[in-house]
Amino acid sequence: MSTPARREARRLLDAFLAAGAEEVEAAVLQPADLLLDLYGEDIRARAFVVHDPSRGDAMLRPDFTVPVVRMHMEAGRDPARYAYAGAVFRQQDEDDPDRPAEYLQAGFEIFGGSDPEEAEAEVFATLSAALADLPLRAATGDIGLLLAAVEGLSASPARKAALRRHLWRPRRFRALLDRYAGRTAPPPARERLLALADPFEGAGPEIGLRSRAEVEARLDALRAEAAEPPLTAAEVALIDALLAIAAPAPAALETVRALAAGAPSLAPAAERLARRLAALERRGIAPEALRFEGSFGRTTLEYYDGFVFGLFAERRPDLPPVASGGRYDALTRVLGQGRAVPAVGGAVRAGLAARLRFGGGR
Amino acid sequence: MTLRLGLPSKGRLMEDAFAWFAARGIPLSRDGGERTYAARAGWEGLEPVLLSAGEIPRDLASGRLHLGVTGSDLVRERVAGWERRLEALAPMGFGAADVVIAVPDFWVDVRTLDDLDAACAAFRQAHGRRLRIATKYHRLVRDFLRAHGVADYLLVDSQGATEGTVKAEAAEAVADITSTGETLRANGLRVLDDGVIHRSEATLFRSRTAGWGRAERAALDRLLERVGGQTIPAAGG
Repeated sequence: MSTPARREARRLLDAFLAAGAEEVEAAVLQPADLLLDLYGEDIRARAFVVHDPSRGDAMLRPDFTVPVVRMHMEAGRDPARYAYAGAVFRQQDEDDPDRPAEYLQAGFEIFGGSDPEEAEAEVFATLSAALADLPLRAATGDIGLLLAAVEGLSASPARKAALRRHLWRPRRFRALLDRYAGRTAPPPARERLLALADPFEGAGPEIGLRSRAEVEARLDALRAEAAEPPLTAAEVALIDALLAIAAPAPAALETVRALAAGAPSLAPAAERLARRLAALERRGIAPEALRFEGSFGRTTLEYYDGFVFGLFAERRPDLPPVASGGRYDALTRVLGQGRAVPAVGGAVRAGLAARLRFGGGR
Repeated sequence: MTLRLGLPSKGRLMEDAFAWFAARGIPLSRDGGERTYAARAGWEGLEPVLLSAGEIPRDLASGRLHLGVTGSDLVRERVAGWERRLEALAPMGFGAADVVIAVPDFWVDVRTLDDLDAACAAFRQAHGRRLRIATKYHRLVRDFLRAHGVADYLLVDSQGATEGTVKAEAAEAVADITSTGETLRANGLRVLDDGVIHRSEATLFRSRTAGWGRAERAALDRLLERVGGQTIPAAGG
């Protein structure tokens, strides 16, 4: 790994320590079973999993966030802020020098506290300031807005849960929305199945851990689903309008507020967005310069559930983000056995930042 | 100058590959009987190398072989971005089998990938862990399920007797290769309606990364005239 990348990682780490963070480390070898479950499909497919005959499968850490959350939740301290710098490992399909399988990440994470928008603004401003000399373009989004919109639908809890689960898979989310809105018909085989007096007639033996009771529960769910009235066109239009937002942050906020006027469930999320922009402005980040995209962050990490952001090299859309991060309260709940704390953070690709600063070709 | 041709070293696949070349006027024979892994070709400029079918994709990708006969499933599974490194020259008409996703037949509620995804979600909720799919085709299955938006599953490795893993409670579903589906049915499993991941067949592949000088190209052109595959463009490699 090049020396400029190491120096950059050190420089970033120092900047995060100067913001009051405590330096933490994470083992390169992480327990695979526990962690693989927490990452989205993308990282799961890319993790290097190695076998240890005595301890079972281990994984080379694909990021620091999950190990740091785990450490924080076990220590049970609040509030806390952490910084780290070290290599992360992700398999790459192509031998692309811009996407190495091992690269240095430096990150900053804030846990706890009583002002979540202030913490979000601080993480964003700290990372931006540390990279202020690079020509970067910021993109932001808010998964919390989409979650609030789904929560506000007139749909059953089952439908809402299915939509929430597929927020990060746009194709399936769209397919579900179309089906719930009555725009696509259910598969004919399903209608035949639900009409059968004994759906199990002629079926094979009961094998495996998924029990007959679970199959019956799903059949009940399918019957309830078939009887449920469709979403209204206005409800679908609201979600479409949120996903279509792509504007400077102040204009995006106006759009969100206008949508919230007709959809009260959005109001708290709209106010969070307003408070975040105000907090950013107090830290010297002009909201006009911040782009807000309604669908930003939907195809990246599954654990983000609120504010999301990325800093991208200007004029180099082919490169991965130089920095990215967001809020991940839900992850703390999973790792805290039910106890959750507000958590937000971000990480920089140190090698990429160094190369943008010093050149060095591809 | 010789073209190194990787051939499956045993079983039906080897016999069919030898027969395929023989039928096209290229006799191949084993050197010294059943137990050796050396072979020779009655065709100038061709050096057959007997290898496990599973290793041929890797040796083609690295350029150690110019040509190789193996299953198209194995190439897709073992070589990331295979089309950049390999070229399929000729499907050979044998070794046909499908890589499929199959679930217990008594899961009457699960006929499609859409159903499987819903079952995965409910299973995770009920059992506190992901529904396991046993397979040796990790890349193929993961890419396929990701493309179709199926989530909350876990691939568990199974290098043999995969159909038995559900009954053994080592997995809840399987992704395996099958030619008739007979073994799956015998084990109480059923292929999903949209569960065919890849239709595999023995195929003659060319390595794009091997050394392709003028002599190698000429030898390949002569060979392709015999076997009726497509010829490679003059430039590039």
